[in-house]
Amino acid sequence: MANTSSTIQVRSSIKKGVATIKCLVSHPMETGMRKDKKGNLIPAKFIQNLTCEHAGNVVLDAELNGSVSTNPYIKFQFSGAKDGDTIKINWVDNKGDKDSAEVEIPTKRKK
Amino acid sequence: MDHQRRILLKSTLAASATTMAISAGLLTPKAVWAAWNEAAFNAKDVNAAMTSAFGSTEATASDKVKLKAPDVAENGASVTITVDSELDKTQSISILVQNNAQPLTATFNLGATTEGSITTNIKMGKSSDVIAVVKADGKLYSTKQQVKVTIGGCGG
Repeated sequence: MANTSSTIQVRSSIKKGVATIKCLVSHPMETGMRKDKKGNLIPAKFIQNLTCEHAGNVVLDAELNGSVSTNPYIKFQFSGAKDGDTIKINWVDNKGDKDSAEVEIPTKRKK
Repeated sequence: MDHQRRILLKSTLAASATTMAISAGLLTPKAVWAAWNEAAFNAKDVNAAMTSAFGSTEATASDKVKLKAPDVAENGASVTITVDSELDKTQSISILVQNNAQPLTATFNLGATTEGSITTNIKMGKSSDVIAVVKADGKLYSTKQQVKVTIGGCGG
């Protein structure tokens, strides 16, 4: 599912076996507390879980609340990575919508 | 008007029924993620959130937990927070915003090979202490910093 229409964008690099992953997800992250112009509450819609797997291990298992910014950005690092490894990122929101992406690291810039 | 209100009530009830079903394990998504801790995320104050998330409100203040946040955030809709833990066996990093309606913003459960460092963007309704809570080797450590917000990020 790693294609241009994915909601998940990843930038990564590897230095001395430590991978740095910068992950940006397109998502509205509505808290459910905001009101629209007519004064009606906008229903909550936010990512609750985001995971990253590398070589069969879960390296990051994030639980998020609606108070994480719109289009969440998460940067983290893990060791034991080598060139050409793939990582798999999954997210699911409170409405059950989800997406996943498999990305080869380090990310090669496409221009 | 009244009709719309009914619909709204109905849909909220339906939504909460779904989340309850998920938390009861009836609709477990086929993936590896930890159960989303509804009680902790919906808690209205820091102590209640801590109790639900960690079973304790007592976290030792530690200078091995470093919180990087701006002193003044111009836009509360996106405040960049970095938490670095130099503690051995760091298991999870949580970010709480004291004055947000729901203080617990995120919990990052780390794998065995994951470094104790997380950067993310959060929303802040108004100026508040930001608290980082790190669970390492089964114990809780924390540090906090005040962030002044010029424009809130949670209101309409």
